[in-house]
Amino acid sequence: MGLTLTWLSVIILIPLAGLFLKTFDLSLEQFWGIVTSRRTLNALKISFGLSFAAACVNLVMGTIVVWALVRYRFPGRRLFDAIVDIPFALPTAVAGVALTQLFAQKGWLGAPLAELGIKVAFTPIGIFIAMIFIGIPFVVRTVQPVLLDLDVEIEEAAASLGANRWHTVFRVILPSLIPALLTGFALAFARAVGEYGSVIFIAGNLPNVSEIAPLLIVIRLSEFRYADATAIAVVMLVASFLIIFAVNRLQRWAQTRLPAH
Amino acid sequence: MIRPVLAAAAGLLFAGSAYAADVSLLNVSYDPTRELYADFNKAFAAAYQKETGKTVEIKQSHGGSGSQARAVIDGLQADVVTLALAYDIDAVAAKGLTDTGWQKRLPLNASPYTSTIVFLVRKGNPKGIKDWDDLTKKGVEVITPNPKTSGGARWNYLAAWGYAEKKFGSAEKAKQFVGELYKHVPVLDTGARGSTVTFVERGVGDVLLAWENEAFLAQREFGKDKFEIVAPPLSILAEPPVAIVDKVADKKGTRAVAEAYLKYWYTREGQEIAARNSYRPRDSEIAKEYEKSFAKVELFTIDDVFGGWTKAQKEHFAEGGIFDQIYKN
Amino acid sequence: MNQPQAFTYTPPRDDVHTEPGAIRFVIVALAVLFLLIFVVLPLVVVFASAFSKGVMAYVAALGEPEALSAIRLTLLVAAISVSLNLVSGVIAAWAIAKFDFAGKTFLITLIDLPFSVSPVISGLVFVLLFGAQGFFGPWLQAHDIRILFALPGIALATIFVTFPFVARALIPLMQEQGTQEEEAAISLGASGLQTFFRVTLPNIKWGLLYGVLLCNARAMGEFGAVSVVSGHIRGETNTMPLLVEILYNEYQFVASFAIASLLAMLALITLVAKTVLERRLDEGQVVSDD
Repeated sequence: MGLTLTWLSVIILIPLAGLFLKTFDLSLEQFWGIVTSRRTLNALKISFGLSFAAACVNLVMGTIVVWALVRYRFPGRRLFDAIVDIPFALPTAVAGVALTQLFAQKGWLGAPLAELGIKVAFTPIGIFIAMIFIGIPFVVRTVQPVLLDLDVEIEEAAASLGANRWHTVFRVILPSLIPALLTGFALAFARAVGEYGSVIFIAGNLPNVSEIAPLLIVIRLSEFRYADATAIAVVMLVASFLIIFAVNRLQRWAQTRLPAH
Repeated sequence: MIRPVLAAAAGLLFAGSAYAADVSLLNVSYDPTRELYADFNKAFAAAYQKETGKTVEIKQSHGGSGSQARAVIDGLQADVVTLALAYDIDAVAAKGLTDTGWQKRLPLNASPYTSTIVFLVRKGNPKGIKDWDDLTKKGVEVITPNPKTSGGARWNYLAAWGYAEKKFGSAEKAKQFVGELYKHVPVLDTGARGSTVTFVERGVGDVLLAWENEAFLAQREFGKDKFEIVAPPLSILAEPPVAIVDKVADKKGTRAVAEAYLKYWYTREGQEIAARNSYRPRDSEIAKEYEKSFAKVELFTIDDVFGGWTKAQKEHFAEGGIFDQIYKN
Repeated sequence: MNQPQAFTYTPPRDDVHTEPGAIRFVIVALAVLFLLIFVVLPLVVVFASAFSKGVMAYVAALGEPEALSAIRLTLLVAAISVSLNLVSGVIAAWAIAKFDFAGKTFLITLIDLPFSVSPVISGLVFVLLFGAQGFFGPWLQAHDIRILFALPGIALATIFVTFPFVARALIPLMQEQGTQEEEAAISLGASGLQTFFRVTLPNIKWGLLYGVLLCNARAMGEFGAVSVVSGHIRGETNTMPLLVEILYNEYQFVASFAIASLLAMLALITLVAKTVLERRLDEGQVVSDD
């Protein structure tokens, strides 16, 4: 036990504490000034806003994918089940160059979209796409086991009580998936907020328009403005801590709610 | 069956670095000099061995000029820095890593090669771009990197500013022009090379503001039938400087080699390598030899128009500076 | 005796368990299309670009000394960080699964944190600690110890980023198994280490492998954190993902995508191995020893 805490502190706590200590170089007003400056606010807004939107897409599409994978039999199902994890296993830099290549104006998907007047690469849409990509596995993988475990008898019971399929799905099945859905959503969201490698290639990196917060940290570093970089980092760190903390609480709550486990 | 193959592969992988030179230098440089220093390092190593009998290995690190300076400040053990602009080496000097008078230690502002900012346009110059004010014409998309992170981008910005101030006669008008110019920029990459890739490979934009050497390189890599270089009548004299990082060189005992390395730039061979790689040489004889390779451009210096880097940096690129104001509106 | 009618088994109506064919089709089509566009196509692009100039160019690109050195460094960093995280992950999972204590959620959150924190921040913290201007910088310089812009820094950043994987894979497994077997072993006179190697380890071996696999995939592919602490010295501190970016910026697209394809291949192998392991894990839950 003591060993765990020591080791955790060496690997995680000390580095993070260093980050917080560094921000103490700043007065509160300075810190506030940096965090609320237009550029920072916009970068945070872009990172959090687009991540939220991407996580929403992943919530919906992830649920559809899970449903198809768990409930239906179709050719190639096992293969599709396996490839869900690609965004997780594929290095972010590789994902970045690949997505950019794909969605650039000359790319396989970029060209037809450009015909329609939709520009993806180097716009906020590009960031959005990259964030969807990296978030896919999270909703699918958190919901999948729960849906698999779900007792079919509940559905039968609902049906025998006169519920139609629509009602069964939305009143009976979905509610019991909610903790898992929320967890997957939060994980996808947290991952997208911090994502750097796959996004910077495809983002236009225009200040206030398509500049994500992690990039702003890197920019501040290369301007020798460590305090600014750490201030933004602290805000993001606290946010991810809160998200993950909420997820873990959620899971414990879900466990106690379903004592059968 | 698989095991011997794996063993052989592992042997191949891990035996690769057996060769070791007598001395080794680390040159931390900016983005577009990759090809230049690949050439220069080879020539210098040969010359050095001929003269002293010792082998020297030069390691390279490339990246955005500002990020590279940051890495050196954070402890990257660079014997020499060869960055895009004096301000970034000043930042290294300000942390006590090298003498603040570094720019006086070598001839010609410690900038053995120079360059300027030109336009790279698509074949046939469909938007008819000839001069700086063509960049703000309706429907023209300009590609340039972020001046906050890229040294080349700062030269681009200052070149545009210098032009506007001369043409319209006031700083206020120049600010207006440069502000208008950045409204035509759809992508701000973090480095000069990133911008070139965006323009050349991904087909974004109508004109790329680029280092002259970078424009030539892109043309060589992708073919003259695809891109044309347009040299504006007036542009800035870009002076990328070089310096020894005293603290590191003294600790590693490499000062003598590092000095020989940088001085090699000022020899005929060094100047020729610069010219071959489309950097404008300082040596007048070599310059004459390569006269035809470079367009005639009237060049102003940063000291002329902006009163030096420190001042330009503070006014234009510092937090709340003119560049920030442009992006606020 | 008459069986009451209500208890006789009636086969479930088909529409109880599933949706009408048309809806089924739409859902499957949507799922497949989504995965094809967002997951398969990017992967295909990598390989298509890598081989766009033929196999020879591909092989030549991988034989470059810089590519070899990047591969070497990546393997080395992965080996270091995976083995360290293997040990620490087991210990952390053990503590969390087998003991109850206040602040457990907080501890789990700490373990998870590197997973969601921006990789850039992960790199930044090590710059702040070990950089020449950082907390330990002056001391390190005085003793001529190089951490940043060298192997130790790259390894540290990678360890930080990949810390959660082993622990996360083990915690649910160990929680499920409880402590009875270990208690029994100890009461029969086994020492702590014996108990661990004879009882605990066999029970968690597949989960452990699973965690190691994911940890390894992430360790080899880490970009953001390593990019901040690497220094980008050619042939020395460039890992494979960094080299992908560098080559891309040098107009060597084939070479860049060749390295990228190696990494992608690694991802694919990881997935295959993972699928196999998952099947083992499922079996392991039914028959606890195998």
